[in-house]
Amino acid sequence: MNIQFWSPVLLSLQTAAVALIIVVILGVLLAKWLIAKNFKGKIIVETFLLLPLVLPPTVVGFLLIIIFGRNSWIGSSLEQLLGQPLMFTWPAAVIAASVVAFPMMYQSAKTGFLSVDKGAEEASRIDGASEWQVFLFITLPLSIKALTAGVILSFARALGEFGATLMFAGNLPGKTQTMPTAIYVAFESGNMELAWLWVSVIMVISFFMLLATRFLHS
Amino acid sequence: MNKLLSLPSLFLFLLLSGCSPQAENNEQIEITISAAASLTEVLSELELLYEEEKNQDINLLFNFGGSGSLQQQILQGAPVDLYFSAAEDKYDQLLERGMIDANYSSDLITNELVLITPTGASSKMKDFSDLVSDEISRIAIGTPETVPAGQYAKQAIENMGIWDKLSGKIIPTKDVRQVLSYVETNNVDAGIVYKTDALVSKKVKMIATVDSSLHDSIVYPVGVISNSKQKDEAIDFFHYLQTESAIAIFKKFGFELVR
Repeated sequence: MNIQFWSPVLLSLQTAAVALIIVVILGVLLAKWLIAKNFKGKIIVETFLLLPLVLPPTVVGFLLIIIFGRNSWIGSSLEQLLGQPLMFTWPAAVIAASVVAFPMMYQSAKTGFLSVDKGAEEASRIDGASEWQVFLFITLPLSIKALTAGVILSFARALGEFGATLMFAGNLPGKTQTMPTAIYVAFESGNMELAWLWVSVIMVISFFMLLATRFLHS
Repeated sequence: MNKLLSLPSLFLFLLLSGCSPQAENNEQIEITISAAASLTEVLSELELLYEEEKNQDINLLFNFGGSGSLQQQILQGAPVDLYFSAAEDKYDQLLERGMIDANYSSDLITNELVLITPTGASSKMKDFSDLVSDEISRIAIGTPETVPAGQYAKQAIENMGIWDKLSGKIIPTKDVRQVLSYVETNNVDAGIVYKTDALVSKKVKMIATVDSSLHDSIVYPVGVISNSKQKDEAIDFFHYLQTESAIAIFKKFGFELVR
């Protein structure tokens, strides 16, 4: 197979992998932090965090362009900092994938942490463990199933991201053209063979990832 | 009463209420027109004229997009009655396959390509040769494989002999209107669009017109789909597009007639 086929495959995997790292760190920490906290408007904050799950990708893309585009102060200060605008770059594709994958990880981590037996956590505290030790050696290992499911679902979601990526990161072959956008262009230009190849790759990866989450539940 | 408000009945209600507008429309005849994105404004104005003045029982439905995607949809059997393309080659493929009725097919209008920048841009760009300068880091054009305007733009840049210098700066878009919005929002330094697109927007500045000898001629062919279910109505609209009043509207938006 040639580079025309492999470039979007590798770009997709790299983008989804980096997005996954970001989302796992943020999702786990935010879930841990918000579970412990009780404040007015907590439910509003949580709803906001889960919002990308139900928003149309075009809304996510629109907001990302408004926030990080050249006409916003965030966008223009980032441009000064990086020496180039963020839009149409690979990091932009990672951001788009992270935003849509985040709710998957956050929700799974939260469910996992809440299902951990409070008695086990209490017991280790009595034995002198610090809060971080309790989290690292009791809470995390006991919620490993939920966390793994979160990792798989987030990766799958990041891999499948299309709309926000197309708007915010563009469709630059070799730079931001992931499998979903490559399929779009291949189909529209009548290149059905290539479209079929990428469709098969995505189908196989997604199938086995979803299958893995089923085994986690049984 | 409480039972009526239960979730399944609510769902049923939503389902039924979702159906009713369609049922009303059944009295009207709907014809579906797949048209190039660059025709959005002019066809919307023509729609008002056509529906109000002439045919109140006909409802025109427009499916605007890149000519390549529209062509693929028709190839895959999308229920379309009329195809108004910005690309002659894509259109001809359908004509050769007999999917467009050759008796109701015409090269109707032409357009020009222009170079645009955001209105507020500080660059002192005067012509295409300035695109190679370091000041210009991003140039949006339609994806050449699927968007005719992008295909023409690439041809022109190649014939100017500066494609190698510019290819790293090119931001390909899904249709020509996305070029316009990227330039309008200042997220690219320049873009190449049709003259008629640039005329629609107040947020872009026209810098130069592309010499039409540098690219294939820009022709918008329109034709009736052979297996259209509302063929008589589609043919009627096809003829309407060639009337004096329709031509006046095309000209108002900056299109020229094919000589």
